[in-house]
Amino acid sequence: MFDAVAKTLAHDEIGAGYRRLVFEAPELSAALAPGQFVHVRVPSLEPSALRRPFSVFDAAEGRVTVLYKTVGRGTLALNGVKPGDEVGVLGPLGRGFPVECDGAALLVGGGYGVAPLHFLARSLKASGHDNVIAFIGGRTSNDLLAVDELRALGVDVRLATDDGSAGVKGLVTDPLDDELARLRADGRKFELFACGPDPMLKAVAMRANGTGAKGWISMDRHMICGVGACYACIQKTVRGNSRCCVEGPVFRATDLVWE
Amino acid sequence: MVSTKVNLGGLEMATPVATASGTFGYGFEYAGALDYSCLGAVTAKGIRLAPWPGNAMPRHAEVYGGLVNAIGLQGTGLDHFLDITVPHYTAQVKDAPPMIVNIWGGSVDEYAEVARRLTEAAATPECAAIKAIECNVSCPNVKEGGHTFGQDPSVLNRLVSAVRAKTALPLIVKLAPNVPDVRPYVKACEDGGADALSMINTIPAMVIDIERRRPVLANVSGGLSGRGIHPVAVKLVYDAHKATKLPILAMGGVYEAKDAIEFLLAGATAVAVGTATFSDPSTARRVLDGIEEYCTRHGFASVADLAGAAH
Repeated sequence: MFDAVAKTLAHDEIGAGYRRLVFEAPELSAALAPGQFVHVRVPSLEPSALRRPFSVFDAAEGRVTVLYKTVGRGTLALNGVKPGDEVGVLGPLGRGFPVECDGAALLVGGGYGVAPLHFLARSLKASGHDNVIAFIGGRTSNDLLAVDELRALGVDVRLATDDGSAGVKGLVTDPLDDELARLRADGRKFELFACGPDPMLKAVAMRANGTGAKGWISMDRHMICGVGACYACIQKTVRGNSRCCVEGPVFRATDLVWE
Repeated sequence: MVSTKVNLGGLEMATPVATASGTFGYGFEYAGALDYSCLGAVTAKGIRLAPWPGNAMPRHAEVYGGLVNAIGLQGTGLDHFLDITVPHYTAQVKDAPPMIVNIWGGSVDEYAEVARRLTEAAATPECAAIKAIECNVSCPNVKEGGHTFGQDPSVLNRLVSAVRAKTALPLIVKLAPNVPDVRPYVKACEDGGADALSMINTIPAMVIDIERRRPVLANVSGGLSGRGIHPVAVKLVYDAHKATKLPILAMGGVYEAKDAIEFLLAGATAVAVGTATFSDPSTARRVLDGIEEYCTRHGFASVADLAGAAH
């Protein structure tokens, strides 16, 4: 774990309300694994403000990239960070995705939940795993992030939007279900990896558990400490009240208990 | 060279800076983010006999100047704590500082039993890090750890006496801030045989989601910690110091050395960093450096000489 002071290299809007932030943090970058997160001290908030957790879009060549949506006071203040600004970044934190997969790797993401799936896709590809399909959902085409980057990695990308402005009109589970039917008809193996809003995660976890496939589900919770000390970011699991920051954020689908 | 050693009711601390219960896990979670040599003690999260699930989510809400939480004392229970957690702390943390164990329970007997077993364990090499007990009688988020024992001086006295009878370890009692006059509680601890006081616990508080028209926390209310409660804590420490010779471990909004020095001058022997660790894990280091700098600048040879100097 590093409590790094990272220099901001780039900060760009990548769609209405979504931003990409790039830090220079060599030790942190080298230590991060897909699905792990960093805890960021937002410079323009009062010094006593809590840190904000962000999953990692990519970590390579000494850099750490996060994608975020402006949703509240913290992310709004983060909008003001400029290249050259120093930012406190604590990490790597949490348990990430396994960078291995038996059969097809089916990545399911919604909104900024695509971020850790991009890091995972790149890592799977780099480790020689070719069969990666990403299912990306959002309300409109504007909410579909990292599609070009995923395609550039050679990932087969399937899209779904609520309004039909990109991909199929409907939920991200629609194209996923089509693919699941094909894979099962062919008797082929697959694993599911998901990050996004809770209803989507539950839907993916149910499909993993229903098919007997492995499911790896990344939970998004408000956090305080990020290191397992405060017990604020709880997800119910078969083991009881588990902390998303250290026992997650990625959980086995079979471990999650949905309320 | 300023001497930073202090003695908190028999607990020898190499520095006057500790961590506050509930903000520092079981001591090992921040290994890697903080150099522990600045700490005179760590305080482990509240523990009772059996595992305890804590409250439903959401458990916290950030507010200007602090944090409202209702974690609800989630914990793994005493067996796991002694078998796994304490040895893990000693193994993970280099030169592990002495551990103060925060305890709570559903009855006087439970507090006493936890104290007895901690005392027994502290004599073994695996759990030798355990050096003191802090009785939580003031958590605003669970009935048993709060109202029942901390809001009535006679009940408090009975609890402290019962725990005292079971332990020779330094016994600290953590008091509630929301009492009309802290002095009867101080006396109840003194008469019950406490070695030190810690203060303050969080202040009962609530946040309402105006869009949903419901309280934010699942527990409805919680406890306020952080910057905003510091002046409240300073007054209570000042009042308590006037009323007793018991040493005081002061906590509540310590973000920088100035906050800690105020506590020491008000009468505290040592201070604990709490919520500030969440935004800056190195807070304890900055606080200790600042205390030493202050002592040098004002000609104090020892931090211990600061205790109560504002009276």
